[in-house]
Amino acid sequence: MMTRDEFSEIAANGVWKKNTSLIQILGLCPLLAVTTNLVNGVMLSLATIIVMAISGLAVSSLRFLIPHEIRIPVFILIVAALVTVIDLLFNANLHELYLVLGIFIPLIVTNCIVLARVEAFANKSPPLQSMFDGIFMGVGMLWTLALLGGLRELIGGGTLFSGIDMVFPGLQALQLLPKDYPGLLLAILPPGAFILLGCLIAWKNWIEARAAARQQRRSPQPATAAGT
Amino acid sequence: MNFTTPPYLTQDVSVQRVMLQVLAALLPGIAIYVWLIGPIVLVQIAIATAASLLAEAFMLSLLNKPLGLFLGDGSAIVTAWLIALAFPPLAPWWLIVVGSLFAIVVAKHLYGGLGQNPFNPAMIAFAVCIVSFPALMSQWPALDRQADFSEQLALVLGTVPRLDAMSGATPLDALKTALKLGEGNTTVATILADAHHFGYFAGKGWEWVAVAYLLGGLWLWQRRIITWHAPFAFLTGIVLFAGALWLWDPAQFANPVFHLFSGGSMLGAFFIVTDPVSGCTTPRGKLIFGLSAGALAYLIRVFGGYPDGVAFAVLLMNICVPLIDLYTQPPIFGMKSKP
Repeated sequence: MMTRDEFSEIAANGVWKKNTSLIQILGLCPLLAVTTNLVNGVMLSLATIIVMAISGLAVSSLRFLIPHEIRIPVFILIVAALVTVIDLLFNANLHELYLVLGIFIPLIVTNCIVLARVEAFANKSPPLQSMFDGIFMGVGMLWTLALLGGLRELIGGGTLFSGIDMVFPGLQALQLLPKDYPGLLLAILPPGAFILLGCLIAWKNWIEARAAARQQRRSPQPATAAGT
Repeated sequence: MNFTTPPYLTQDVSVQRVMLQVLAALLPGIAIYVWLIGPIVLVQIAIATAASLLAEAFMLSLLNKPLGLFLGDGSAIVTAWLIALAFPPLAPWWLIVVGSLFAIVVAKHLYGGLGQNPFNPAMIAFAVCIVSFPALMSQWPALDRQADFSEQLALVLGTVPRLDAMSGATPLDALKTALKLGEGNTTVATILADAHHFGYFAGKGWEWVAVAYLLGGLWLWQRRIITWHAPFAFLTGIVLFAGALWLWDPAQFANPVFHLFSGGSMLGAFFIVTDPVSGCTTPRGKLIFGLSAGALAYLIRVFGGYPDGVAFAVLLMNICVPLIDLYTQPPIFGMKSKP
């Protein structure tokens, strides 16, 4: 079983401290390709969360059975099986979205985030922890991709939630900026994703620097454990 | 006691002095441009300058840097003028503002400010806007239907809808489109004979703007603000490719002179590739940089989808600058080979 501290540490690591997109800078390919709007980013992240949760659980449960030398192919097989399931589920239930996300659902197999967590965490930790790690790493990816997708969509076209009708039929996209907003196409194109991701990373570093400065003010003597 | 080190005879070279002379060298080009299009060009320059200075002041205050020193150095004004001259003169005001903000905030200050930017800010502004708003960036004023100043101002301020009759393509674009529509049946000579678009050796009217930029550039060279390497190599790059293709098939490719005095060739050669920050610093490096940028500019302009290729060519070569500089280090004085 896992303790409360363990749980909150895993959660904090996944959502903020070791955020896959802002700190580890992993999985840039889907990040650049699908965050052209908020819905795409969120849906791909949800698919990734499911894969990561189950693959964490599976790899962790099987970790004493998997020979060390061939662990990577075995991990990939497990992940690929899960992704195939997700791919078929998307195709069956959210067919329009499936067509939009296209190759990026199968490509979750090759997403470094999945393999990195399986190799670095699930392979060395008990099943429950591994599952939670997968979920919270995915949540970290989810909010980053949602923020990036939302920003790109808003700057690029002046809307939010476009394509929501593919997930929830009947819902409409929000037109946040005036109808005659020309739309900065650059934000939708890959360079816009790179620039905005850079801005997000700078924003996170700025928050951390401010927090560190506040910590410093509160306790002028630097703690010996600082930096570990 | 004060110690000083040689050299004792120095020229007072400050950023401000250099930038002011660059601005002065742009004046003849601007004068011809105003004669060609009208005073709206000055309005655009004013808009770009105001936007750039405001953006510069905002970024400097964020960074806690002294406002007066950096605002007064004129580098932001040079960027603003180049943006205003590179953009279509009847572009809506917000397009110029977006370009200026992007140039100063992203291309200049996010990369570390004056002296640190790897990319030419004015060219970043152009690239961002032509990628984002290709239609607006391709609408150049039609010379045969000259609008008066109030009409032009209304277009820039966006108070009247844009009509297609008001705008045309640049000479380069007109040539490319006519060649494409002709599907091999028209020749460059017949297209260039059209006196509506084309003058003595390049675009009607535009050729004299290019000549004025050339004169301004030569003055900068004579003042030793720039060296001959980069502009010469840039123009050579264009001439080499344009000349080779022209000799191969004069019916389908315009002559080198046309390309030298069309689009952004002259402005690019003397005011863009000579940028001391984003360009190469070694003499041999400048030659490589200029030659490659010129060749790329020609290739993108003739075979690419955009009206002109100078901005993309310069930005592509900006990426290569550290590598070129690394391999073209001149030997230390007294040594035979490089260190």
